[in-house]
Amino acid sequence: MSINGKAYIAGVYEHPTRKATDKSLAQLHAESALGALKDAGLTKDDVDGYFCAGDAPGLGPLSLVDYMGLKLKHLDATETGGSSYVLHVGHAAEAIAMGKCSVALITLAGRPRAEGMATGTAPRNYGSSAPDVAFEFPFGPTVVNMYAMCAQRHMYEYGTTSEQLAWIKVAASHHAQYNEDAMLKNVVTVDEVVNSPMIADPLHRLDCCVISDGGGAIIVTSPEVAKTLKRPLVKVIGAGEAPKHQMGGKVDLTYSGAVWSGPMAFEEAHVKPTDIKYASIYDSFTITVLMQLEDLGFCEKGKGGAFVSDGNLIAGTGKLPFNTDGGGLCNNHPANRGGLTKVIEAVRQLRGEAHPNVQVQNCDLALAHGTGGSLGTRHGSATVIMERE
Amino acid sequence: MTVKQRTFPSPIADPDTEQFWTAAKDGKLMVGSCNSCGEKHYYPRGICPHCGAQDITLVEASGKGEIYSWSVLRRADPPFAIAYVTLDEGPTMMTNIIECDLDALSIGQRVKLKFSETEEADGPPVPTFVLD
Repeated sequence: MSINGKAYIAGVYEHPTRKATDKSLAQLHAESALGALKDAGLTKDDVDGYFCAGDAPGLGPLSLVDYMGLKLKHLDATETGGSSYVLHVGHAAEAIAMGKCSVALITLAGRPRAEGMATGTAPRNYGSSAPDVAFEFPFGPTVVNMYAMCAQRHMYEYGTTSEQLAWIKVAASHHAQYNEDAMLKNVVTVDEVVNSPMIADPLHRLDCCVISDGGGAIIVTSPEVAKTLKRPLVKVIGAGEAPKHQMGGKVDLTYSGAVWSGPMAFEEAHVKPTDIKYASIYDSFTITVLMQLEDLGFCEKGKGGAFVSDGNLIAGTGKLPFNTDGGGLCNNHPANRGGLTKVIEAVRQLRGEAHPNVQVQNCDLALAHGTGGSLGTRHGSATVIMERE
Repeated sequence: MTVKQRTFPSPIADPDTEQFWTAAKDGKLMVGSCNSCGEKHYYPRGICPHCGAQDITLVEASGKGEIYSWSVLRRADPPFAIAYVTLDEGPTMMTNIIECDLDALSIGQRVKLKFSETEEADGPPVPTFVLD
């Protein structure tokens, strides 16, 4: 059994706010949901499946379902950090394929800026009942220094350089200049990235994503529903998910769970990396992109540095246009979780609705990939491949 | 340059890890060793993450190892070096490299165990490392 062709992405919405002092968390979820429903040409009464993750307040999905007044027959609150929403697309397709629902809503929202959260540089304590906390939290693991250790090891094993990593930010900034909602619209150079302040060796400030409030939503429907709507048909043709962790102390920071989720998705979609016209790649940091590109098979392991250099990720000139909205690195990283916006920009590309200056010509096959949790400790990887019909 | 050291939050022991933290108070770094498959693991736990057996013995590590990866969090006050250290016994563990020149760390450097006291008066010390 496969989900290939069993579900379509009928609606997407990226909340335009980047600082939401005037809105509640539930309100951001609901506004995102309504935006995606409007985009699809559906109403909230059409929704019969709901998907959310750890950013949802209250008890799993229940508080938000209550707030939005949804009547449902399928729920899924699988939490794998920022990759959750990419994973949810696959889970929604599964539920639809099994006849459990026909219009699935996925939402994300968060207010880390409004709440003054020290997102990247303060250790997060997930509670002493998490078995790893006593052995990690005392040592000050933060988002940035954990990804930094991945970059450090990658440099050691493969000779990857800070200049090569910088090209990833440069490409994202080239795209963000056309996005009026992007937080960082200025085009930056390799020199500017490597000369920005060191946050956690070897990652500089401009190797890091933005911190933004906001949210987004995705509507996944059955083929029958999708074909009654007036939107371009974006078909889900492959999905893969996998966790990766410390393997009992056999720590290997050089690769991500994409080595498993990617091949699963490609196999189900019956396509290969060289077929992909556009890729949304999770970009919490530049190193995140580089490792995932290698692990998804866009280039040989260890050659990511050469692959991303010289503008190869820039739409119009590069071989693999990526994150044409500016991505998390320049545009938006709502709730410190970038997976949902990865799917949104891939759908825009497949519909031909990306900004004209970054729209990939004849974009009929796209991939969205998310990483959630930390590449430095334990994370979820999720890959989705979509096709314009 | 050597900078002032950070303070360490006290880890909270649970039934799974009490023995590890009691040993830490005696200056011993323990790793999990599976009596079924023979593999060692870290962090210690009640089930072997390699084979699933529950027949685990804690064994004392030599406290010697090498830096697998590291990063200095420059934005912290004071800046500090987090690291993964691969013990000579096999497992790789998260730790801090302390009392070192933060500008002179590199992968592969030999390190040795030096426990650091933690914030709570009765809290166990945590296993940190210095350059060997």
